[in-house]
Amino acid sequence: MHKKMSNKLFIPLVLGVAVLFALLSVAVPNDYFFSAAYTVLLFIILSTAWNILGGYTGYVNFGTAAFFAMGAYSTVVLYKLTPGMPLLLKIVIGTVVAGLVGLGTGALTLRLRGVFFSIATLALSVVVFTFVVNWDYVGGARGAYVIAPRDVPFGFKRYIHFLYVVMVFLSATAVIIARAIETSTIGRGLEAIRDDELAAECCGVPTLRLKLLSTTLSGALMGMAGTTYPYFVSYVEPASTFNLSYAVNSIAMPLIGGMTTWVGPLLGAVLLGTVQQVVQVTISSAWNLLIVGVLLVLFVTLAPEGLMGLWYGWRKKWKEKGGAK
Amino acid sequence: MEISSSLVLNAIVAGLLLGGFYAAMAAGVSISFGMLDVTNIAHPAFIILGSYIAYIVNTWWGWDPIVISIVLSPLFYLLGLVLYRIYYYAFERKGQQSLRSLAFFFGILFITEVVLILIFGVDYRLVKSVYTETTWQVGEVDLPLRLVVPFIVSMIMIFGLNWFLSHTFFGRAVLAVAQDQFALRLMGVDPIKIKERAFGLSIAIAGVAGAFLIVIQPVQPSIGRDFIGLVFAICVLGGMGSIKGALAGALILGLAESFTATFFGPSWAPAVSFGLLLLAVAFKPSGLFGR
Amino acid sequence: MSDTNELLMVKGVVKRFGGFTALDGVDLNLKAGERLGLIGPNGSGKSTLVNCICGTLFNDEGSVKFEGHEISREPAHKRIRRGLARSFQLPKPFSSMSVAENLCVPILYAANARPGAHHATPAQAYEQAMEILKKVGLAHKGHEMSGGLTQVDMRKLELARAIAAKPKLLISDEAMAGLSNSEVDEILELLFLMKEQGIAVIMIEHIMRAVMRFSERVAVLVAGRKIADGDPEAVMRNPEVERAYLGE
Repeated sequence: MHKKMSNKLFIPLVLGVAVLFALLSVAVPNDYFFSAAYTVLLFIILSTAWNILGGYTGYVNFGTAAFFAMGAYSTVVLYKLTPGMPLLLKIVIGTVVAGLVGLGTGALTLRLRGVFFSIATLALSVVVFTFVVNWDYVGGARGAYVIAPRDVPFGFKRYIHFLYVVMVFLSATAVIIARAIETSTIGRGLEAIRDDELAAECCGVPTLRLKLLSTTLSGALMGMAGTTYPYFVSYVEPASTFNLSYAVNSIAMPLIGGMTTWVGPLLGAVLLGTVQQVVQVTISSAWNLLIVGVLLVLFVTLAPEGLMGLWYGWRKKWKEKGGAK
Repeated sequence: MEISSSLVLNAIVAGLLLGGFYAAMAAGVSISFGMLDVTNIAHPAFIILGSYIAYIVNTWWGWDPIVISIVLSPLFYLLGLVLYRIYYYAFERKGQQSLRSLAFFFGILFITEVVLILIFGVDYRLVKSVYTETTWQVGEVDLPLRLVVPFIVSMIMIFGLNWFLSHTFFGRAVLAVAQDQFALRLMGVDPIKIKERAFGLSIAIAGVAGAFLIVIQPVQPSIGRDFIGLVFAICVLGGMGSIKGALAGALILGLAESFTATFFGPSWAPAVSFGLLLLAVAFKPSGLFGR
Repeated sequence: MSDTNELLMVKGVVKRFGGFTALDGVDLNLKAGERLGLIGPNGSGKSTLVNCICGTLFNDEGSVKFEGHEISREPAHKRIRRGLARSFQLPKPFSSMSVAENLCVPILYAANARPGAHHATPAQAYEQAMEILKKVGLAHKGHEMSGGLTQVDMRKLELARAIAAKPKLLISDEAMAGLSNSEVDEILELLFLMKEQGIAVIMIEHIMRAVMRFSERVAVLVAGRKIADGDPEAVMRNPEVERAYLGE
């Protein structure tokens, strides 16, 4: 087992990288870059979050949109209730709300087979969507407007720059949390649950408790991704907030990147996210989605270990060839 | 709002008619998920595909959509065979079913929806046939034929399917494969072929149900997702691999939705089926280590 | 007889599956460090009994006591943390992990949870895992993926994983089924290691020479009922036992 970098080293490293990316906000003149980057960062958080429950624990969540939307709509509600509340506080509250819903869904369904959990997450999306559509306070089907404050906090030139930096640090947070879980005792327990839940239980792993933890954390981080969204789009309405592309992407990106470590979702999000930005602008958003869907199906049937898995496989072959000589 | 007896009566009738049709939509899932243990969440995609094919032929040649779908059902059957082959070689053989096969079917669902959007756009489509505009009146009750005809054909199909599964060799082999594959092999029957054909059957039924759907309501590519909860809820409520159970579950769901739509408004209807699904799944008696 | 002598006390355990009664009032006791062989024809309920003791199934009636505590309503992981451990008849390795990593799981979750235990970190657990693997003769396979092992190595891994939980009682469920003579001896050696460490063992086997060599006591289960329980030689000479195996 190769020695893994300790978290004491990893965390400052990631934060350092984050600061570098944040500084880009001053260097890059093109505003479009920040919109595109926001979307990619959003997907980094969603994929990393999804993978905690999906890749680490083995439970497929189709309801990414529901958790994402809960974060977004929590911001909308707070925006209307307490307009003066700082964004950072809104983020915290939205994250907690989404986490609680994750806990609730888990409590209802995690005693059952994995497939029932997955089907229940599909149901969750539709149920939450229906509630939001019928909820006039947040605008129902008509939607709601969320206007960014005129005075940009921390002295940034434009609000999108501020949002970009916030998302950079939120992404760093998600990645740090994912890695911390992965390298900890909890990570071993989740892996065991993924490989063989019954055997895990018989090795002393409190499977239900860990699954609930995983669902809660995953849901919370997905909600966290959505908390800044209203300020990004300014007009929040259910159809686009609950867009199926969130569910597909949050599954496709970890799958294509590789589900066993924190690197895979990051890689998948950056690659696939960038490709989508390009395709969306050059061809159309429908073709964009088709590409994601096809890649998902191709990878899941032919290369389920993802790009990281292929990479580890090649590296092993090189090592073996080198040893044989 | 006044609650008149006529309102209630109509809600009941509409619910039953709807339920009969829902049974057709879910019967395929009772086979694929209930009996074969394949979590085909892309099942609604094939229903919608059936709707669109019925739409095309109906618009160009004017044939009745339900007749079209029955005539074309062998194509769906073949599609089901191919899909099962892929599923089997990629997932079941390696025992990696859950996560990957779920992602696989989700991908299929998604691709189908996007391809339909690319070809047809997001506008709603309808079909026209001799009965789609007519409504019979029996006392205070409205009987729109666009609900009645699919209901009747669906009932014939459901009872026919039930008979088929319990009285033919193939049918009983399907029921057997759900319980004891090894015994089946000892009898000289290849369980893989049985499962493949049963899956093909489930997709063929989905195609026909698609024609029912577009007769009953206008269709657009994204509505497939709304039906996932419905078909799985019915399958679970009906006790998994039971066609009669699925029928009962479908009628219950049809009534629940009809009453919700009548008294609370149609925008709440999807929440009903999914809500019932959540409850059915949460309170299912068999736990994690058993079915 | 005082309760506190017995490590495990199973009393009147009944388990039904629909209309079928798999266990019909089974009593079974075990002292600390004792080696019990549990035999019986296929379908007699041995695995069901193991499941009820370990918590992968809950008994319908009766009681299961471990070190005097009633555990019949506790989830399996709690029972494992008390000091129960089992291997599975069909090995269930954590196939995405290496052999050593497989052992880390019970070290981190079962052994760690024992009162007064030193809480190992994942890295320390790995070292402890390699130590255990050395003892069972699997150290050379420590880095290999657990999915591709030979049959006998899989069985050893199953047992090693149960040992890693630092149990007071180990239930070995047909670990020798389908193995060659020399392989059976390898497994037997492993089980005798338990004796040295003072771990009580319930051995479920069909291979009679292993049962006779290993057990201090033999119990026989037929059709959900215990029909004999005592000295191995005496039990094997019991006419009822002969009848159960050879027919009328």
